Amino acid sequence: MGTYLVGALNGLAMGSLLFAIALGLSLVFGMMDVLNLAHGAVYLLGAYVAVALLPDGVGLGVFVLAVLAAAAAGAVLGGALAAMTRAIPHHLDQALLTLGVALVVAELLSLVFGNDVHSIAAPAAVGGGVAVFGGTYPVYRLLVIGFGIVLAVAVYLLVERSRLGTVIRATVADRAMVAALGVNTGRVLAGVFAAGAALAAVGGVLAGPILGAQPGLDEKVLLLALVVVVIGGLGSIRGALLGALLIGQVQALGTTLLPQYASFLIFAAMALVLLLRPAGLLPPRTAVRA
Amino acid sequence: MTDLLAVAGLRGGYAGTTVLDGVDLTVAEGSVMALLGRNGAGKSTFVHTVMGMLKPYGGSVRIGGRELAGSPAHVVARHGVAIVPQGRRVFAPLTVEENLRVAARGAGGPWTPARIYEVLPGLAARRTHRGDQLSGGEQQMLAIGRALLRNPRLLLLDEPSDGLAPTVVDRIAELLEGLRDEGMTALLVEQDLHLATRLADEIAVMQKGRIVHRTSTDAFRRDRPLAQTLLGVGTQPSGPGGDRS
Repeated sequence: MGTYLVGALNGLAMGSLLFAIALGLSLVFGMMDVLNLAHGAVYLLGAYVAVALLPDGVGLGVFVLAVLAAAAAGAVLGGALAAMTRAIPHHLDQALLTLGVALVVAELLSLVFGNDVHSIAAPAAVGGGVAVFGGTYPVYRLLVIGFGIVLAVAVYLLVERSRLGTVIRATVADRAMVAALGVNTGRVLAGVFAAGAALAAVGGVLAGPILGAQPGLDEKVLLLALVVVVIGGLGSIRGALLGALLIGQVQALGTTLLPQYASFLIFAAMALVLLLRPAGLLPPRTAVRA
Repeated sequence: MTDLLAVAGLRGGYAGTTVLDGVDLTVAEGSVMALLGRNGAGKSTFVHTVMGMLKPYGGSVRIGGRELAGSPAHVVARHGVAIVPQGRRVFAPLTVEENLRVAARGAGGPWTPARIYEVLPGLAARRTHRGDQLSGGEQQMLAIGRALLRNPRLLLLDEPSDGLAPTVVDRIAELLEGLRDEGMTALLVEQDLHLATRLADEIAVMQKGRIVHRTSTDAFRRDRPLAQTLLGVGTQPSGPGGDRS
């Protein structure tokens, strides 16, 4: 029993990270139809920021600093991607452009950090374990779960309760109409793009002590994030949360129960969702057209 | 009276096709101009191009003397133009209140959410309902309220009666009459001749992307054969459907 509960906790931690990563991908796609294939590279950038700034046994202060540095780097890269994709009208060209950026960023990171697998230590203060279900469980992972909860609440308040959030949801529904009401949607979109990329990079730091950093991780994470977004519904924030929690659990329980089929299970889950609900579990509603 | 809207030689369309083939049209400050024409004449394309939602191929769009042809929609909006688009385009996932909140920003003037609710009590009762839970008439009221919250100098109305029951059309007509009497400048695209002649001071007729006729509403009313020739009134069913271009 304890094994499964530990697996469920691992799934929650993974779900928290996936939510942080998939949120930007989903919103950018929902608002401007840009499939940002560089999103995984932004994540990896964050992970290497952690490699560079976090030697073993650092204090919490330095860790928070690394999170902020990754957020800044992610926001800059996201803003640049927003500006580049805006100048290009066609979807396929945009996808190719972001794929190109992804390859360039990954190659640069591999030049700087080499092709070794880097492990990243959790901050010393939270590096231990606590007794959970008769075993010990890493405190750090519990903190990641806490981060996921705080993020979900913060995003809910921003998107559902603030005027900016209202404008963001309206832009997902009908961008041209929002512009006709005097809102510079280009700036809103660039802001969401940058914020989403910042979150992905933060995800890279936070996932560091769990997943480490190595070449190729960007593609794995991008694929997982895409699965989350497809399951949840493109452009849907609640969908991204639900999809991230589901995939986190499927992956964790799969690893516990059927280790050899774990990665297969994730795509089986996606296929099942697509068969039953082709638009995803919680697709965003679009504009009313009479 | 000075012209609030002055369009000259406007050419435009979608993806390389030419729909507007040199439109010349002026709307005097404080007047209502109705733009009539058969389906596909280019009326909606014209409205979208004036609003900046479509980029023109060439020509001039002056609003209050300022050249705005080719400016993006949010810039045109900030120069005092608001649109009630065809099909309403209410934000479905947003409540009535939130729909209004998107529009109410920085644009000071007599129209506030409180006044919108006062003038449109039907909306006040549905404040917390989502856009997709409203009836067609309520959506149209919301689309008009949303545009008014911009406190526009020029209101573009694209088929406000489209697909609505006669009693609802009548209520919208009363609302728009009230706005006209307060001195609102408006360009009204309308298939419903009764509504157009009831509201407008002047009538312009569009054919194949050009203005082919312009007259006062009174003169237009007296000249039945003209309406028949230009609009095919009586030869073509009027009703929902409309010009989707």
